[in-house]
Amino acid sequence: MDFLFTEEQDMFRESISRYVREKYDFEARQKIISSEAGWSKEVWSDFAEMGLLSVPFAEEYDGLGGGAVDVMVIMEELGKGNVVEPFLPTVVLSGGVLAAVGGEHAKALIPQIATGELIMGFGFAEPRSRFDLNHVEASAKKDGEAYVLNGRKSVVLAASIADKLILVARTSGSTRDADGISLFLVDANAKGLTIEDYPTIDGHRAGDVVLEDVKAELLGEEGKALSVIEKVTDQGISAIASEAMGLCRTMVDLTTQYCRERKQFGTPIAKFQVLQHRMVDMLIHAEEMTSMAYLGALKLDEHEVERKKVLSAVKVQLGKSVKYCGEEAIQLHGGMGMTEEMAIGHYFMHGTMLEVLFGNTDHHRKRYESLM
Amino acid sequence: MDLAFTEENEQFRQEIRDFLDENWPEEKRSGEVTEFGRDEYITWHKKLADKGWVAPSWPKEYGGPGWTPTQKYIFAEEMAKAETFNVLPFNIGMVGPVIYTFGNEEQKKRFLPPTLNCDIWWCQGYSEPGSGSDLASLRTKAVREGDHYIVNGSKTWTTLAQHADWIFCLVKTDTEAKAQEGISFLLIDMKTPGITVRPIITMGGDHEVNEVFLEDVKVPAENLIGQENKGWTYAKFLLMHERSGIAGTHVCKKALSRLREVASDKSLYGDAPILMDDAEFRRKVSEIEMDLMALEYTELRALAGEEAGKGPGAESSILKIRGTEIQQRISHLAVEVAGYYAMPFQRELTGNETPSGPEHTVHAAAGYFNKRKTSIYGGSNEIQRNIIAKAILGL
Repeated sequence: MDFLFTEEQDMFRESISRYVREKYDFEARQKIISSEAGWSKEVWSDFAEMGLLSVPFAEEYDGLGGGAVDVMVIMEELGKGNVVEPFLPTVVLSGGVLAAVGGEHAKALIPQIATGELIMGFGFAEPRSRFDLNHVEASAKKDGEAYVLNGRKSVVLAASIADKLILVARTSGSTRDADGISLFLVDANAKGLTIEDYPTIDGHRAGDVVLEDVKAELLGEEGKALSVIEKVTDQGISAIASEAMGLCRTMVDLTTQYCRERKQFGTPIAKFQVLQHRMVDMLIHAEEMTSMAYLGALKLDEHEVERKKVLSAVKVQLGKSVKYCGEEAIQLHGGMGMTEEMAIGHYFMHGTMLEVLFGNTDHHRKRYESLM
Repeated sequence: MDLAFTEENEQFRQEIRDFLDENWPEEKRSGEVTEFGRDEYITWHKKLADKGWVAPSWPKEYGGPGWTPTQKYIFAEEMAKAETFNVLPFNIGMVGPVIYTFGNEEQKKRFLPPTLNCDIWWCQGYSEPGSGSDLASLRTKAVREGDHYIVNGSKTWTTLAQHADWIFCLVKTDTEAKAQEGISFLLIDMKTPGITVRPIITMGGDHEVNEVFLEDVKVPAENLIGQENKGWTYAKFLLMHERSGIAGTHVCKKALSRLREVASDKSLYGDAPILMDDAEFRRKVSEIEMDLMALEYTELRALAGEEAGKGPGAESSILKIRGTEIQQRISHLAVEVAGYYAMPFQRELTGNETPSGPEHTVHAAAGYFNKRKTSIYGGSNEIQRNIIAKAILGL
């Protein structure tokens, strides 16, 4: 057993880390999230150049043939910079679906993701689904070669900036059946498709996708998509767990630094034991997050039950770690932590959104229990 | 000991309800009041003042209604149930009691009526950039020149200063003295030349707090409360009052019952299981409800003690700690109830656009972020624990 990264991975990490430090500081990020577009094409093409967008994909799709550990390295570093560019929805989720279904669509689209030309979003949640992936009310009816989609997909990350979307709809069965769920590819500007766009509270771009007789192409096998969706969202959990480890580490760093500098009662507040212990507990949460992020990345290819169990445990840890680190970071920063002008609050806000994404702590505690 | 309400109490409750039905109609009871419209606030405050109900804790001679603790409790409960605005805490809970306790006759006559009626909107000039938990280290200076003070310095986290007419300020009048001994309590008209207000935007986009800069601000010496250099005594008195109202028991109860309503609303769940039937969720809700009971009866015991002549003491720190913790837990529960719709920043919507998610989700995350302030303000919860350790346990 070892937890070492290869020399290549270390170099890869260093290049991302340097980029984030030099080109994506808090000020740069603020500028990006308050811009009209809400993301930076320039940053995205730099990511493409650095290989971030091709690393996870197999060589047959012009990828670099990396694996979950490489995605982990990327996500941790993006987490440290609290980067808002759509790596998760485009590369991890949409790229993940395409790689899983394979075929012509994968061959055509993944190379475009890898070069940075194509932004994609993945819509799986619905207004009444909460976190249940099998709850699908959106419908797809076959019409010749194509399908016609109706319904609404909720909070689709990057929807408003995407060129194409992958959407989940039901081809047969009733609302909560596991069978009868299918994946579809649509153009973001397809006829009948409306995007209610909004920023998320942590500065990302997203939208609800409203479908009224939208023509779509089937991805993969009709009616059998649930296992693919579960697998890809588990990959999503692994990715955001790595991101969360970056967030937690940064929150520990920023908080200890602040407490060393902030003086009250004639002494740096870092000297107060009651605050030291809180920072220690933050560190423990960050360490546990790290361990679970590693575990999650390494178990992604296990058989289904083991994978789901581990990834649920990872998500529960994520919920605990970002909540503890985030809340304490704000508390220890005092009023300053509440302000939008300090970076710390933005880490906390993004962490809170990660707590929700792919199912919150209760949801995954229950999924774990059901597989015990 | 008796927990039951008497028939007179129930009649009193009915009287409050009738008043609220008439003056705070159903459509205002949204539970989503987060924007601070100055005029709406004042209108409501004045309505209560006209009725003589705006300051339940004030002595009758200064405009209080002369209620028993039970009546005050019933009143607070009914106000929270109807989800009214709070009356301005700066006026009623803070500066008012300082003025009627430590002010001279002239000051009482001049300031108490407009404070009660909200003809003056007060804000609180306590914290400074370098003085948060260590409040006594404040550096805003007031130098006496003839019949005036000249004030220089800056205040921060000043809630709703953008609306305020006057600010009550802690200032340093003796820079040589030990920290707590050179502080004075000054009332300053916000229109005085030399005062600037700069907004501070907090997580979730709220503009509640501000920085207030004071540059050569000329303040008549008659605006000094009590004695020069004795301000720390008044400041502490005020903080005790601030803390006792801070528990927010009734507001918590209402917020929790709203969450229960939403989590039980079949129309939101369709074919999906109803959240209120979820064992994990039920456990969390019931835990909070039980903790609220403990808080509520701790508060009632403190109130009864106050009535028996013991002013609010260090016990109010217990209420502050537990009350704010519970408020924060409820705000996180709202995020859990909102599910994915906690994520959109729906406040950005303007005009007639309707939010993508259901109504209850719109402020969920912003509310959770905003409530983090409660364990920081009014003396952080760490400071409250220090107070209890010292004052109650004698450590």
